[in-house]
Amino acid sequence: MKMWNTAILGTAMAVLTTTTALADGHGCAIDAGRVSIIGNEFPAIQTIGATAGECAGIEFSSNLTADHQTLNVAGMTGNPAEYTTAIVANSSIVALINEDVIRPLDDLIAEYGQDIPARQLITVNGQVMAVAFMANAQHLVYRADVLEEAGVAVPTSYEEMLAGAEAIRAAGIMEYPLGGAYAAGWNLAQEFNNMYIGHGGEFFEPGTANVSINNEQGIATLEMMKALSEYMNPDFLTHDSNATSAEWEAGNVAMMNMWGSRIGNLMDDEGSEEVVYSNTVVGGPLMVGDSGVPATTLWWDGWTVAKNISDEDAAATFQAMAHAVAPTTLNEETMGQAVWLMDGYTPAPVNEGVLASVAAGSRPYPMVPYQGLLHSALGDNIADFMQGNESAEQTLADIEAAYTSAATEQGFLQ
Amino acid sequence: MKHGTFFWFVFPSALLMLLFIAMPIVSVVLQSLYVQHEQVLIEVENCSLFGCETTTSVDQEATRALREAEPLGRWAGLDVYLNRAHLATSEVAEAWSTRESLGDFFSGLYNLPFYRALAFTLTYTFIVTPLTIILGFFIAVAVNSTIKAVRGPTIFFSLLPFVITPLVGSLVLFWMLDARGILGAGLQWLADNPDLSVKASTPLMWIALMIYGVWHSAPFAFVVFYAGLQTVNQDTLESAMIDGANRWERIRYVVFPHLLPLVTFVALIQLMDNFRVFEPIVSFAAQAHATSLSIAIFTDLGGETRLLSSAAATSVLTIIGVAILLSPVMVRTYRDFGKD
Amino acid sequence: MSTAAQRSPLPIKLLTNGFLIFWLILAAFPFLWTLWGSFKVEGDFFSKANWANAIFGRLTVEETGGSFTGDGYYGAWIQEEFWRAAMNSTILCFCVVTISLTCGTLGGYALSRSTYRYAFWFLFFALIFRAMPPITLVSGYLLPFYEWNLWGHLYTTVIVLVAINQPFTLWMLHSFFKNIPKDLDESAMVDGCTRFQAFRHVIIPVMWPGVITTGLFSFLLAYNDFAVTAMLLSEENQTMIPKINSFLGTTQTKGNVMFAVAAVVSVTAPLFVMVMVFQRQIVSGLTAGAVKG
Repeated sequence: MKMWNTAILGTAMAVLTTTTALADGHGCAIDAGRVSIIGNEFPAIQTIGATAGECAGIEFSSNLTADHQTLNVAGMTGNPAEYTTAIVANSSIVALINEDVIRPLDDLIAEYGQDIPARQLITVNGQVMAVAFMANAQHLVYRADVLEEAGVAVPTSYEEMLAGAEAIRAAGIMEYPLGGAYAAGWNLAQEFNNMYIGHGGEFFEPGTANVSINNEQGIATLEMMKALSEYMNPDFLTHDSNATSAEWEAGNVAMMNMWGSRIGNLMDDEGSEEVVYSNTVVGGPLMVGDSGVPATTLWWDGWTVAKNISDEDAAATFQAMAHAVAPTTLNEETMGQAVWLMDGYTPAPVNEGVLASVAAGSRPYPMVPYQGLLHSALGDNIADFMQGNESAEQTLADIEAAYTSAATEQGFLQ
Repeated sequence: MKHGTFFWFVFPSALLMLLFIAMPIVSVVLQSLYVQHEQVLIEVENCSLFGCETTTSVDQEATRALREAEPLGRWAGLDVYLNRAHLATSEVAEAWSTRESLGDFFSGLYNLPFYRALAFTLTYTFIVTPLTIILGFFIAVAVNSTIKAVRGPTIFFSLLPFVITPLVGSLVLFWMLDARGILGAGLQWLADNPDLSVKASTPLMWIALMIYGVWHSAPFAFVVFYAGLQTVNQDTLESAMIDGANRWERIRYVVFPHLLPLVTFVALIQLMDNFRVFEPIVSFAAQAHATSLSIAIFTDLGGETRLLSSAAATSVLTIIGVAILLSPVMVRTYRDFGKD
Repeated sequence: MSTAAQRSPLPIKLLTNGFLIFWLILAAFPFLWTLWGSFKVEGDFFSKANWANAIFGRLTVEETGGSFTGDGYYGAWIQEEFWRAAMNSTILCFCVVTISLTCGTLGGYALSRSTYRYAFWFLFFALIFRAMPPITLVSGYLLPFYEWNLWGHLYTTVIVLVAINQPFTLWMLHSFFKNIPKDLDESAMVDGCTRFQAFRHVIIPVMWPGVITTGLFSFLLAYNDFAVTAMLLSEENQTMIPKINSFLGTTQTKGNVMFAVAAVVSVTAPLFVMVMVFQRQIVSGLTAGAVKG
């Protein structure tokens, strides 16, 4: 992490040197082999896919779709696998590792990947399993004009955010000054994760799959979420990150915790009035309690190589993907698509939040085989508490019971 | 019809259904009786640009041997059906034995995912199905009595709720229903309550989902009934009129019996579709207020770790549920079968 | 037709027409709203600030200079090449309807003419098969389809859609054939035709109306399918509905909702033509069939 910080500082100054590398975007020739990509669908990944496809001499195909997570395991299980590479995040790589469908990359790095900076390599048990190319995190976004009008300082913690929200409401500026992607399901569970990590909680008993969230931190987490929701639009349980962003653009929200990758759209001049977009400012991650860990998670997106393919295809895939995440991919158009990890990336103001989250020592989203099961269990059960239908203890007990039944079925618990 | 001829006529359909529905059902039933192998966990150190962490991972070497020994997984019998995510037999028994009152028992039951899903699914099915049929019938009667020139466009516009993909259709309705959308604002005005929000209240959300359900499938019932109305015997109607039957009596005693077989057909399809209610809940982002069996399957299959056995068990329970729902209709069809 | 209705007294006429107008508003209003909004920018279409913006398009004027914009249509059809998806959908729907009806008419005819109990059980199991949630079916297809290289092709999806919708098609056509008098084909068989010849020469000429009605429903099912097409088609074979879904964005990134809106609006135009052309057949089709359950 330290490495990356220095790298960013370094590249911010050294960026001019790399722009000269635009000479040959197609500087990728591979002898032979098949490259087939499966991944999510958003502009940064489309750039990666398109750049990999530029390579000469390969048989190339790509399938970028929102359903990639359902397709990738099935498509990589057969022999030979349909997909030679899957683009994944730190949450979704565990499913591929669990099913044993991706291969370690160390030998390929030794042969073809000397140029890939060490910070981009993701290792599991000492073996490189993926190469990351972009980072993301949730962090504070605020309306500078509203905070100023209400005399509220930019919050650094959720406690300050609550006080600020009260001040804005008391000043009569907004009835519901807070926003947040609290839609029941994945989004709400993610907010729980953030807040629980911020309270210094551990999801599992160390070294086992036994869940342990029914504790003080768990209760404090739920109560903080409930307190925040008092200052949110009453419909908050139906607001996913799309709807929350729309609320923001409509000028209805003064502070929220939002994905770094969405800030660009909030700060551009489309979709909102001038007073909204020109006063939209990113802050760092928020703290909660006194654990010293920010209440957010860090995310990376990276590519893997399938296990059940020939060595030739693996080599071709590695080379094409390495070409796609080389500094030459960055140009005026692609620079703003993500917080890239390659050398030569210059962060724009919209990306400061993600970088600040990294700098503040935030924890990554846990790469644990059974984290996804807990995430689903959280998403299904928290809404009951948020609506005031049951106590925090009952909700946490329900979550633990739901997780335990799922983890038993998956063989993680006996 | 001779057995041989019958066989060749139904062969293409039967083959398709056998390959693509019957065989998957067999594999789903099998899947629901097995669970994943015991996963051998090891402590590992994972490093990324965000630093290193000690965590656990699946020991592939050790797990592989288990996988090869039993490719289907561990035999679980009915365990998956009985666990907390499904029938939750032990939780139900406990809720019963520790109950303070009947209401307490039901709230304990409602806290279990399967029974919660069932509560909404059954309410939805039994409210939406009859309303769809009634609304469809009245639209059909009304369209049937307009002049011919406007019937084409009328049919087209009536079909729209069925035709527009729910992906966008319900997105638009979702925004309209928002407290600041045109419908939401209208409701606030009607109820004279500026804080009224459909999306924040469970009862209102249930009502909104059911209204959407009726709105979406009424066109199907309408088209079927409208066509049925064309074959109502005009002579019978005329003679009923001569006998002094008023308009309602004519509908009650001539038109309605004529349409009854069609009502059976629509009811059969609608009962089944409503029992599998899925799209409205997803597109209204209503998971906080309502879940259904199909939603449970969707979450099992859509998570980062896919719960195949659990999804399979819920699917089998769905089929059983549909079979129970349809059994009264099917018994009647069985009795009438072969008669002319 | 319906002479009785035309003779109905004025109050009832007013009542039925009033009800019909009410229903048409209910049915068409969201669509008309979408149609109007498709020429605005997203900030107006989903006007969280004030719903009246969706009508007057304040942000549209601010952002584009005019009160209407074709950006959504341009983005969907030209930038995102929605026409490819439209073409795939056309091929898919055409094949699904043709194959569904071919298999369905043969099967439906036989089921309507057999008096044995097994025909009932056949229909019964077809119905039970239909109860299987499609997402479970599709997730079961994935592994074998990848293994045998069947995944991603249009024809695989066609066959799957035909198979999944076969129970519905069979039930509907079965009811239709039950209403064609048995004497018709049986007298042909007395004259020395085989069962198939009787079907070809006697039944086919009179069955079109019912077949077309069933065809409309199988068309709509294929056309609106998301569960199957989203999972089984590769990117270049993608049909319209998954394509529209891809405009809607993900948790971490914003989509182009206006592209989706414009796409949805523009594909209703051909449907309007279709309904107008076929509405007579739809009616006369169901007229003859489906009446006896």
